[in-house]
Amino acid sequence: MIPRLELRNITKSYPGIVANDDISMSIMPGKIHAVLGENGAGKSTLMKIIYGVAQADSGEIWCDGKRIEAHNPASSRALGIEMVYQHFALFESVTVVENIALSVSSTFDLKTLARQITHLSNRYGMPIDPHRRVLDLSVGERQRVEIVRCLLQAPKLLILDEPTSVLAPQAVGKLFETLRQLAAEGCSIVYISHKLDEVQELCDSATVLRNGKVTGSAKPKETTSLELARMMVGSKLPEMRVVPSVPSARPVLEVRGLTSPARDKYGVALKNVSFEVHGGEIVGLAGVSGNGQADLIALLSGERRHADASVVRIDGKAAGHLNASERRGLGMAFVPEERLGRGAVPPHTLWENAVLTANRRGGLVRHGMVDRGKAAGFARDIIERFKVKANGPSSSAQSLSGGNLQKFIVGREIALKPKLFLVSQPTWGVDVGAAAFIRQNILDLSRAGSAVLVVSEELDELFEICDRLLVICQGQVSPPLIRTKTNREEVGLLMTGADRGNDIEERSEVAVQN
Amino acid sequence: MDLFIAIFTGTAIAATPLIFAALGELVVEKSGVLNLGIEGMMLVGAAAAFWAVIAGLPMPVAILAGALAGAAASLLFGVLALTFLTNQYAAGLALAIFGSGVSAFLGRGFGSAPIDALKRIHIPLLSDIPVIGPMFFRFDPMVYFAILMFFVISWFLYRTKSGLILRTIGESPETSHAIGYPVIRIRYLAVLFGGLMAGLAGAYLSVAYTPLWVENMTAGKGWISLALVVFATWRPLRILLGAWLFGGMTILQLQGQALGLAVPSELLSALPYLATIIVLVIISQNRQTLSLHFPASLAKPFRPAT
Repeated sequence: MIPRLELRNITKSYPGIVANDDISMSIMPGKIHAVLGENGAGKSTLMKIIYGVAQADSGEIWCDGKRIEAHNPASSRALGIEMVYQHFALFESVTVVENIALSVSSTFDLKTLARQITHLSNRYGMPIDPHRRVLDLSVGERQRVEIVRCLLQAPKLLILDEPTSVLAPQAVGKLFETLRQLAAEGCSIVYISHKLDEVQELCDSATVLRNGKVTGSAKPKETTSLELARMMVGSKLPEMRVVPSVPSARPVLEVRGLTSPARDKYGVALKNVSFEVHGGEIVGLAGVSGNGQADLIALLSGERRHADASVVRIDGKAAGHLNASERRGLGMAFVPEERLGRGAVPPHTLWENAVLTANRRGGLVRHGMVDRGKAAGFARDIIERFKVKANGPSSSAQSLSGGNLQKFIVGREIALKPKLFLVSQPTWGVDVGAAAFIRQNILDLSRAGSAVLVVSEELDELFEICDRLLVICQGQVSPPLIRTKTNREEVGLLMTGADRGNDIEERSEVAVQN
Repeated sequence: MDLFIAIFTGTAIAATPLIFAALGELVVEKSGVLNLGIEGMMLVGAAAAFWAVIAGLPMPVAILAGALAGAAASLLFGVLALTFLTNQYAAGLALAIFGSGVSAFLGRGFGSAPIDALKRIHIPLLSDIPVIGPMFFRFDPMVYFAILMFFVISWFLYRTKSGLILRTIGESPETSHAIGYPVIRIRYLAVLFGGLMAGLAGAYLSVAYTPLWVENMTAGKGWISLALVVFATWRPLRILLGAWLFGGMTILQLQGQALGLAVPSELLSALPYLATIIVLVIISQNRQTLSLHFPASLAKPFRPAT
């Protein structure tokens, strides 16, 4: 049988690093093949080469027995190769249907296409409203758009980069059904993930990469996760040290009766949200994306202010009316969901990015002048302490891989020793080693006395580090659940609002009509 | 009533070159390219059209010559900014200065005699209706063509796939490239179109608006067109309204000068520029709509990844 896709001795160098070193693999029609690897292992580069965004320095790509030479994304799509990017390839200023129309080569009939999108997205349990602007969609919703866009093309080879990071457990199951169905119809799937259990559940074969080289091939269903993880990380995996929490007597963050209209017509109104976070504990906020997390985090971080100052109290002081900088003055630190653009200024250096939030506490600015030596030193400390792979404090934020930049941003905030630490999607698109490292640091921060609120769409992560869990659904926040006394099923039900008598199907309809 | 008709028709005529130039620049900027050289392209277009009339070529050919000269000038900018990735601000300013110099050089042989202006249309019956006739049916064809171009460009940008591609390239050329669109080629086409439109605007000035060659006869209309695009928050309808506002103020201040208002004529002449910018600044206050229409990659050089 001829492989759907075959890579022979692919090598690609960038100045200073060999991103892919002599990589070979092959994928049969109708098979699901995993590519496993840490950040910087070369997975993204390899996918770009397959898809034609980048060209290999040497090596051959064969598709259905024909060699592909000098291809580009358009010719790849003509061959039936589709890709869901980790950083989504969506235009924010136009609608979902317009975004999808751009990659559909047939006639420009938005009405028909919108109907197809609604139909297909509902069929695969990923409802999206085709007429919303991407600007107003959450990360999870944007991913749905990407997946639906590919499915519309009836692809022969589908490349998915960390596709489940933002899905509720129920939706992951649904997605896997979709992918299996696609594979049964003859479509080959390249599945990039750091979640070993998913790879074992879904994939027929796997190629493991480390530092740009193939370190192993495996049949995931017949291999233990420990073996797979070792091939990936190359050494023993760090183990999480969870010591019991000792919550402070007084809460550090108090939210009382927070009600707020949606930030725009696609946001979610918050209804009477109340909870508190004590020093020394980690509280997790679970929920399917687009249920009001963005609105809540904006109101907590100070990006949005509230007319009633007392709805948010930080360290006992009414803070609802304060802006982000004033709240940081009260001892708050914040890691936003988007690393590039909100968490860091992409073209600026790491030390400049460090100054942006650390100027208040780090003594990096004197009389309005930046002390470059100190700033670079501060950035260097973060790089060392948080094991950021970077070319020193003067490398630009955008030159780092996603996981390394995230380590830097989280490190920058933790280095400020905040009383209150808000973090949104701390390990979104981050590999298993870096994610464990970030979680451990968040845990250590809380055990040193800080109050931590983690917003995440990954239940595993929340169950791993949180002491108490809140669930947000349609702008309402559940009473707190003690982590050790609840389970995934209970949280999953709360996430879909099933306890309120509307099941998933109904909710989907609402989301589509919107 | 006659005064009202005069102001109305004068407004439509004065706005015409701005509509051409600003709509052309809108298409360029929507693709993420900033061409500051409108003034230069207009002057080159004006000189080329005027030369063609003197050389005895028929009027439509002369206007076409103006448009093509504008496009040729824009190609210079395109090569610098798109192929060699020169800073777009610098390349555009260079084009503005270059166009002014070239047109002055060409114009040395033109003399100071006026030419026969572009003929106004006369539609039997329609043009003879009292009030309505002179207000709507006695312009030269270019006035109607400018308004037609407004509809064509609005339709193109917001109703066609090509327009959608153009707009998304203006937001993120990287993403457009990643899904397989030829970013550089499309930007070249946009720049050339902007040049054609600026050339048309220039040709209109020299063969219809003031059928006489004067050095630097555009008198800042290229710069005003540029400001129109920005303050109209990259929306065609607002550009049209802004151009009419500017045209209206131009005519009003001329009437004011004729009536001998006790205001220095220099201040009155500045009025259209001031009024247009103030009004456009006020209507461009809404951040959210601004971010929806602003081409996010404007003036950023783009080189496809390898």
